[in-house]
Amino acid sequence: MEHTSFPPLSRVAICGGTHGNELSGVYIVKEMQKQKVEKIGSVSVISVLSNPPAIDVCRRYTETDLNRCFSDAKLSSTLTDSAAYEMRRAHELNAQLGPKGGEKAVDLIIDLHNTTSNMGVCLILSYLDWLTLHICKYIQTKMTSAPVTVMQLNDSNADGYSLDMLGKHGFAIEVGPQPHGVLRADIFNMMKRTLDFTTDWLQEFNDGHIFEGGEVETYSFLRSVDYPRDASGQITAAIHPQLQDKDFTLLQPGDPMFLSFSGETVKYEGEPVYPMFVNECAYYEKKIAFHLAEKITLKVPSISVKN
Amino acid sequence: MSSYHSAARLDEARRVAIFGGTHGNEMSGVMLVNLWVQNNTEVQRKGVEVQPFITNPKAVEKCTRYVDTDLNRAFTPENLSTLGGGDLPYEVRRAQEINRMFGPKGSPEAYDVIFDLHNTTSNMGCTLLLESSKDHFNLQMMNYIQKSIFPASCLVLLNEHPLLKYSTSRSVAKHPVGLEVGPQPQGVLRSNIFESMRDILKHALDFIELFNAGMEFPPCTVEVFRLSERIDYPRDDNGNIIAMVHPNLQDCDWEPLNPGDPMFQTFDGKTIHYQGSGTVYPTFINEAAYYEKQQAFATTRRESLVASAIRKA
Repeated sequence: MEHTSFPPLSRVAICGGTHGNELSGVYIVKEMQKQKVEKIGSVSVISVLSNPPAIDVCRRYTETDLNRCFSDAKLSSTLTDSAAYEMRRAHELNAQLGPKGGEKAVDLIIDLHNTTSNMGVCLILSYLDWLTLHICKYIQTKMTSAPVTVMQLNDSNADGYSLDMLGKHGFAIEVGPQPHGVLRADIFNMMKRTLDFTTDWLQEFNDGHIFEGGEVETYSFLRSVDYPRDASGQITAAIHPQLQDKDFTLLQPGDPMFLSFSGETVKYEGEPVYPMFVNECAYYEKKIAFHLAEKITLKVPSISVKN
Repeated sequence: MSSYHSAARLDEARRVAIFGGTHGNEMSGVMLVNLWVQNNTEVQRKGVEVQPFITNPKAVEKCTRYVDTDLNRAFTPENLSTLGGGDLPYEVRRAQEINRMFGPKGSPEAYDVIFDLHNTTSNMGCTLLLESSKDHFNLQMMNYIQKSIFPASCLVLLNEHPLLKYSTSRSVAKHPVGLEVGPQPQGVLRSNIFESMRDILKHALDFIELFNAGMEFPPCTVEVFRLSERIDYPRDDNGNIIAMVHPNLQDCDWEPLNPGDPMFQTFDGKTIHYQGSGTVYPTFINEAAYYEKQQAFATTRRESLVASAIRKA
């Protein structure tokens, strides 16, 4: 593959509290703001608490999920007086960190999240980008204490709805399991380390280091599975104990999926797949028990900074 | 049957309630009670009237702990007697309604037993919550449950602390029993946690059926953890937390915490050590709902309580 170069990454935004009850990111950003961190080496850093009112009440959002407000359609819509807070905030963030797709957008957005699912450290890319894939590859090599998985959502730029879409490059660091509204030291430390490796990479990149090409294993989103429900929409089963906590472990046809309240096991039928976001609290209302993914090994070219 | 210890004669437990959703995002109790409201076959026992009941439906609907104020702190004498109707916080009105339906608290008409189902984000396993060391009926029930689920375990937390004790929804009954099972995130339903709680309730109801049928339960010793102190997070002058529960303490509910052991870790990695005078047994370590109540964890001390023999009057 042909070597690819990118302009220097001089402006980076680190966002926490995009969901107000995902506390690792909230406290990492609060600490950065307390310590007045504005520069890390050659990189100027903007630290942002994305959804302050949600953080204040320790809820995911106040009116609507902020992290679904960044599609082209939503960002270009006119705001009425009755617009949800998060829609207005999305427009504000677009002005501050974007505009999405524009020349003035920050070079990189790192959005910090937690999940109740047993996903360890998971780097989430809305779309494929050699630069962010190289950051992921680097983090995977450096993090020896815990496995790091890479997830890709396969969104087009226009449809990409998450905050990290605002930057020229962007990705989310998702760490779990952690209950929402809880701050665990081990999860905080893992996220901090992941962020530190990211800024290390940025230094090396800006300094002219050539990152060798290679392969990155990713989990590519296929589809979601909802809970079994009764006629009134109430869930009638829980994630089966043998699937609970088994994110990124192969699920084969015949494997247990749900255990109903009356004791029946619902089994998975279909091609072998990888479950992720198994039993994420916030997804009950989105009618998602878990996502399914296929493993895809991507080839990335060597990259370096464009002089 | 030796009459060395003559059995205390207690009234039959005829009226029993099972409360779910006292905190609307503690899902095991919400789902179990919803199940049993639709079909109560599983909780029926001979000689007992068992009523499953959702205590905080508005909070359950929003999947939040509470709407205006914590229902499980709302059953104070002041709240239960205050006038004000629609101006009162939702949970205070709800407490008054529950007191009318299942109480009045402290009166002969009150329900005999109320089981209040809770989850915690703390790694407490199955815990039974006891409000009085002199409730021999409850002590015998808890002993029965522990023996029935062995080798699985179920510990007893006693909160009789004059300052830390609070007015729970279950306190309306003559014999209040709390069931606390964790760890489970708020808003999440874990199958193993759900089934554990279901199993404990099954044995609790079996006990009541046996008692009402005339079985005598001989004296027994029950080990309890008596609530001692509430420890808050270190905070700055603005009240913001400046440290997290230390990784060595996280998830170590019920394990001894000795003076000098790591307790908190600051955001820049420094360790703060436990400075108490002796060994304590921490619990409710890193419960999500307690950040706003200024509690990182609670300390307990181990104690053995002797329950007298009991038999129905």
